Amino acid sequence: MKIGVITFPGSNCDADARYAATVSGHQAVQVWHKDEAIPSDAEVIILPGGFSYGDYLRTGAIARFSPIMKDVKRFASEGGLVIGICNGFQILCESGLLPGALIRNENLQFVCRDVLLRVENTNTPFTSACHGLMRIPIAHGEGRYIAPPEVLERLEAQHQVVFRYVNELGEATKDSNPNGSINNIAGIINEAGNVIGMMPHPERAIEPVLGSSDGMVVFESLTMHVQRAIESTT
Amino acid sequence: MKYYLAHITITLRKAILDVQGKTVENALHSLHMPALSNVRIGKHIELDVHAPDKETAQDLVEDACRKLLANLVMEDYSVDILEPRKNGQMK
Repeated sequence: MKIGVITFPGSNCDADARYAATVSGHQAVQVWHKDEAIPSDAEVIILPGGFSYGDYLRTGAIARFSPIMKDVKRFASEGGLVIGICNGFQILCESGLLPGALIRNENLQFVCRDVLLRVENTNTPFTSACHGLMRIPIAHGEGRYIAPPEVLERLEAQHQVVFRYVNELGEATKDSNPNGSINNIAGIINEAGNVIGMMPHPERAIEPVLGSSDGMVVFESLTMHVQRAIESTT
Repeated sequence: MKYYLAHITITLRKAILDVQGKTVENALHSLHMPALSNVRIGKHIELDVHAPDKETAQDLVEDACRKLLANLVMEDYSVDILEPRKNGQMK
């Protein structure tokens, strides 16, 4: 499948995301933030990590006004698959494609290390190949997820919390929470199930030489999703 | 039309733990200033507003706060519109 990766001014994980897409057998294409339209044959759009617009005002606050975002919203509303990683997650929250917000880490520090994730919902196009805990790096200063109580309640009830920070035993404890995120939330999906946001970087964990290849399952899940779509039409 | 000066203050919503404010509060206490508490840290934005009257200026700035300057999921804002100088221009 063709995966479009948007490059905003200040994106720094766009090349990694394209590489991960390519290594996992997909075709990756760069999409410039000033483009008015995403490629018509792209089936997935990735908003990569980085520091778009220097994190001015708030993380992701300016990027959501990039010309390409209008078409990303159109794409998402038509059921297109969208993945926001790290800064991409922040942009999705700022643009209203995902609920809630990401604020300064509780310990006020930029945290850059591997974390363990428990996959809470494997019934999504992005996580169907996931099994067991995933070891994936995070690198952010503003990753503490918050949402109003009623929104949080809905997210939990509808299994929209997809990834949670856990310890080696798979328990979501305070110690395993790297940023103070509410309910140890590391990633969520929208109600329609086609837009996902996550603070950890799966594209940085795709080969053993990188310390982990657990992030690969996200891209493998996309492959499974395509195969299922083909099977269901034949 | 006049140029008004807007002073905008943006802070984290009260329900959200302001860890930066808490840290500064602890620092103040360690400087033996126990009388100071409930520190909230936010942003201060100043801008000029070209508007026919103060009410319009207030509306324009509040609209900007809702659309861009503040994220209402996590932040509150307050707007203070200052009267223009006598020559009608701020600068």
